[in-house]
Amino acid sequence: MRHAPASPRERKEMLDYLGIKACADLFKDVPECVRLRKPLNLPPGLTEQEADVHMRRLANENKLGPSFLGAGYYRHYIPAAVGHIISRSELYTAYTPYQAEVSQGVLQALFEYQSLMCELTGQEVSNATMYDGSTALAEACVMAHNITKRTEILASDTLHPQYREVLKTYCEAGGLKLSIIPSNDGTSSNIQPTENTAAVIVQTPNYHGIIEDTGRLQGKTHAAGGVLIGCVIEATSLGLLKPPSADIVVGEGQALGNTVSYGGPAFGFLTTGMKYVRNMPGRLVGETADSDGRRGYVLTLQAREQHIRREKATSNICTAQSLCGIAAAAYLALLGPEGFRRVAENSHRNAVYLSGRLLEHKGFSLVYDKPFYNEFLIRCPSGTYEKARKAGIIPGLTAGRNLLLISTTELHSREDLDTLAEAVK
Amino acid sequence: MRVEGDVAVVGITDFAQHALGDIVFAELPAVGGRVEKGKSAAVVESVKSVSDVYAPVCGEVTEANKAVAEAPEVLNKSPYKDGWMFKVKMEDKSELNDLMDAAAYAKFAGAKK
Amino acid sequence: MKTLMGESSHGRTGVLPPAVIHGAQARIPKDMVRQTLLLPELSEVDVIRHYTALSKMNFGVDSGFYPLGSCTMKYNPKLCEDAARLEGFAQIHPLQPEDTVQGALKLIYETEGALCEVTGMDAFTLQPAAGAHGELTGVMLTKAYFRDIGEDRRKILVADSSHGTNPASAAYCGYEVITIKSDGRGNLDLKELKEQMTTDVAALMLTNPNTLGLFDVNICEITEIVHAKGGLVYYDGANMNAIMGIARPADMGYDIIHLNLHKTFATPHGGGGPGSGPVGVVKKLSPYLPAPRIIEKSGRYGFDTGTPKSIGRVRAFHGSFAVILRAYCYMKLLGGDGLKEASETAVLNANYLMKKLKGHFDLPYDRTCMHEFVLSGRRQAHENGVHTLDIAKRLLDWGFHAPTIYFPLIVEEAIMIEPTETENKNTLDAFAEAMIKIAVECRENPELVKSAPKTTPVGRLDNTLAARQPVLTWKQKRGR
Repeated sequence: MRHAPASPRERKEMLDYLGIKACADLFKDVPECVRLRKPLNLPPGLTEQEADVHMRRLANENKLGPSFLGAGYYRHYIPAAVGHIISRSELYTAYTPYQAEVSQGVLQALFEYQSLMCELTGQEVSNATMYDGSTALAEACVMAHNITKRTEILASDTLHPQYREVLKTYCEAGGLKLSIIPSNDGTSSNIQPTENTAAVIVQTPNYHGIIEDTGRLQGKTHAAGGVLIGCVIEATSLGLLKPPSADIVVGEGQALGNTVSYGGPAFGFLTTGMKYVRNMPGRLVGETADSDGRRGYVLTLQAREQHIRREKATSNICTAQSLCGIAAAAYLALLGPEGFRRVAENSHRNAVYLSGRLLEHKGFSLVYDKPFYNEFLIRCPSGTYEKARKAGIIPGLTAGRNLLLISTTELHSREDLDTLAEAVK
Repeated sequence: MRVEGDVAVVGITDFAQHALGDIVFAELPAVGGRVEKGKSAAVVESVKSVSDVYAPVCGEVTEANKAVAEAPEVLNKSPYKDGWMFKVKMEDKSELNDLMDAAAYAKFAGAKK
Repeated sequence: MKTLMGESSHGRTGVLPPAVIHGAQARIPKDMVRQTLLLPELSEVDVIRHYTALSKMNFGVDSGFYPLGSCTMKYNPKLCEDAARLEGFAQIHPLQPEDTVQGALKLIYETEGALCEVTGMDAFTLQPAAGAHGELTGVMLTKAYFRDIGEDRRKILVADSSHGTNPASAAYCGYEVITIKSDGRGNLDLKELKEQMTTDVAALMLTNPNTLGLFDVNICEITEIVHAKGGLVYYDGANMNAIMGIARPADMGYDIIHLNLHKTFATPHGGGGPGSGPVGVVKKLSPYLPAPRIIEKSGRYGFDTGTPKSIGRVRAFHGSFAVILRAYCYMKLLGGDGLKEASETAVLNANYLMKKLKGHFDLPYDRTCMHEFVLSGRRQAHENGVHTLDIAKRLLDWGFHAPTIYFPLIVEEAIMIEPTETENKNTLDAFAEAMIKIAVECRENPELVKSAPKTTPVGRLDNTLAARQPVLTWKQKRGR
């Protein structure tokens, strides 16, 4: 199926107007030596009906079933209205809102997103999304470097392994020195910042689900002249837990109203205090007025960005994840404080229940005796993972020999939890 | 820039403020810090661009104009009087010889577009 | 219009989860539990009406003509939207065991292959989330390559017409950015390139066609000059819509390219994302690609762990899968022939519009354009005191989205127009007519243009106020 609506008659009229015989005449500037002389070796186009069948068949080759996977991405219930809201084509087929007068929809929606993220994280300002939690974290490290003029970044091994990998890539390229400190008690409490430390990173709840004490760590970091970056990867935790006590709070927003979709797209968030606003990467939507005094919104403080500052920009980011941020804002608006709190509580209580049931069996023990949110690391008898898979359940992520990282959300019913507990008895 | 004895009073020209448009933010050097001739000492930000302000001479920053930091629009309104940005105690007065005077600058600015 | 918080009313309930029926209580120390959560209290109908009203104040490709140069605002086929929402795609977790996600892995693998075919490159990574992310990845690949072969090169060359993300990405990786100017015909200045291309230069970043919408006729010589000194050539694929099925970056001599799926491959723009910026490389650079890679063996798909030379991950998980999926579906619909027709039609539409408008606005480069062209509003600025910004705002009153303005930076009062192939002739004629009428208004009634827009939900907004006294959340108030 094609989407070039000009009919053959219209094409002929345009070719005549240009005084040429065929479109090929428009490509005279393309040197002969690089002109493709044969068609692209791709299957011919399908009709829409055939393509529909093809996509459904491909989707059916993926298996859905009971799952307790978390480890950075979390399946929560998404209210039906979210999908309808982000399907409004005036919003999703729009470009970045550079012409503010015809983009007030997206601009206000992003302003509301910024405001909501600040409520969740307790910070003063948020940008209008980043690619994901891992790159938001990397960009926060660059911010810390620009603020402190130092190059050392410290993080515990309780930080998500893939986030550590991304940090390693970004730090190496950007000339920052990353040190991963092995945890001695399942938390970041043993990190010791020095006078070279630009930033200390603490993920909370951390990779093993443990809630970290950020206040103490912030004190230590400030005493050394560095910046504390709090990283929240399960964003619904902010419905129940105090936000990290940090100078910059970043994280992954997927859990808020975005499907898992095999890893993306979702969005990263970056929030901080107004004193660092000019160091922030990404877009910022600000409130203003037109000449008649009507309130409106615009992209502001753009002078920091790549299209103006070029090589001196705070970041190279251009297109981000706007629509995914708007989905998150709609999600939070639809749940409200009551609904969001309950989602978080239920996610947590389900983890408490499930861990309790599993601990009833021989050979199961929690690796850490510390408060967790909706995820826990559990020691289990060998063969546990296979037993669950045989029963059609993905019990979590294997995190080492006889170790399982198990996550629950409000989507798990009591029956789901009991079924897993029975299957691995 | 104008000279008051040992001290250079640095700002931006009327041509510059006009080219930048409405100035929204100015970042001034820290008092007590040292600036180097030809290197960026301050930053002026407008809606559509950001410009470095280069120190015309070397020396210690003795004062930074709080009024500019609080209400940067004064750089547009009064670039030569109230809109001074910072003061530098000159280390080497002979550096003044390398700078353009008002007439030469007007010629330079006129040629720029 | 009120914000969500402005419409909030205490006691309204939203969507609540079912009650937990096992007895397990929360087990979190009180000092870790948050005490306040100030979210708007709204019911579903309130939220739906709110966003419906917001969408009515917005303009998308589905609303009308959107000729933003360099953005390729082409129509987003709705089948692709439906496909992304199929449960079998939307509900799979990125860490599911490989045997449960063969469909997803196959899709990513086949997309990589299709992009290789379209561009001529040997391998792709689909990890980067946007064009700029792809550029950064490309520069990281460049850095890794030279470190591996033991050469310490410090500079990267960019064209003066380049998008800001090019120098920004290079600067992040510590390279000194040197700008090469274009000549009077809009081609890269070969003399200056030869002067600047030394063994201290790691790469040249150049899009072709360039941001003037012109195909650089010297491209083969350009890549030869760079290669002769051992450098790499990077292709900014933002303008790929001009040449699909007609020419391939690899054949022009490019070593690394990025593509924008949310431009060329018709995935929706989302008001500023999500997009996807895959990066393709020639064989010698494939060991450095981000890990893990997807491999196929006897019809089964899985991850390999990448090579030890890989630059590592550039994001968590595998890429913006639901965006990649839409691009895959788009390529399935069009096929090889359809992609070529898309490019040919895009170039036809652009040249048609250019000829219609060239008498009425200055045309800095009077030669056949590719998929976009740049006009200059300098005549209207100098003779009538009306600027490109005013013309853009007046177009909004005519029901069109404005083209890209003030880019590329090398054209005074630039107006960059890219119609794309998904527009019929009537739309193009209507747009040309509006532009011509506005040119007349510039002469006969300049105040009308300078005070535009008048028919939009708000008039021109005060950008200075927004930047001087930033109000960035509903909690902040304008002070002073």
